[in-house]
Amino acid sequence: MDDLDRDLINTLQGGFPVCERPYAEVAARVGSDEASVIARIGSLLQRGLLSRFGPMYHAAQMGGALSLAAMEIPPHDFARVTDIVNDQPEVAHNYERSHRLNMWFVLATETPDAQQDTIARIERETGYPVYNMPKIREYFVELKLHV
Amino acid sequence: MNAPQDFRLLDDVDRRIIQATQAGLPLSVRPYHTIAEQLGVDAADVMQRMQRMLDLGIIRRIGAVPNHYALGYRANGMTVWDVADDRIDELGERVGQLDFVTHCYQRPRHLPDWPYNLFAMVHGKTHEEVEAKTALIADVLGPASRGNDILYSTRILKKTGLRIGS
Repeated sequence: MDDLDRDLINTLQGGFPVCERPYAEVAARVGSDEASVIARIGSLLQRGLLSRFGPMYHAAQMGGALSLAAMEIPPHDFARVTDIVNDQPEVAHNYERSHRLNMWFVLATETPDAQQDTIARIERETGYPVYNMPKIREYFVELKLHV
Repeated sequence: MNAPQDFRLLDDVDRRIIQATQAGLPLSVRPYHTIAEQLGVDAADVMQRMQRMLDLGIIRRIGAVPNHYALGYRANGMTVWDVADDRIDELGERVGQLDFVTHCYQRPRHLPDWPYNLFAMVHGKTHEEVEAKTALIADVLGPASRGNDILYSTRILKKTGLRIGS
């Protein structure tokens, strides 16, 4: 990583302008030029240092539903359940975590009803209960990973 | 906390813009014009609609999501806390303000299996760093926290962007 990589990662977490030539505006902020900024964002994505670049949509505001759900899966059955859970298109992220509840996934559905349907399907196909933990409140955080 | 959902906030053109951009923004000199060309609509209209979605909170923000893991933040700790219900909003706001907390939510308990109602995501380069930061959260919460745990991610099983259907 060089200085331009770092400046772009830090700057682009804050927000990207809506205007005719937004990359030129970002270039002015980081002391670079438009073509370099465009090429470098592509390179940051390609190198995996950025996992995404673009608009972050708010699922609930679009009428959809987002939730975090957890399951307790015995080690001998973990691979089978992982396949079933990952096969659901509504499952966006799935992590193994160090806890008795050892599988944690994010469900993104177009409606709250579809969320319940997906949970019921996972419970039926895996034979294990799902602990659904949709957010009650979200507390404001700045995006501020500084590199 | 969020306004009630209303599908009518979005018309068909908005939904096509969402579908065209949810994987990312074009890396072209005039990215909003590129989207407009793809959709066969006017670029000024695309910019106006995206600005409106930002103002309404339908778009949280436009920008980059750093890959913590690739940037060396390999210890990803989900800290969870059992916080007194009558203090959780006040304390949740304060925990969210700590500069190392990247997400902070109140979620439902599932008693007796899961007593925790406050979730704060902490990224660090090592487990020791995450634990030191967890101790700072404990200082903020004080006796209002009756128990806590740290869940480290030990494996990514699936990671895709959030998508809405067509």
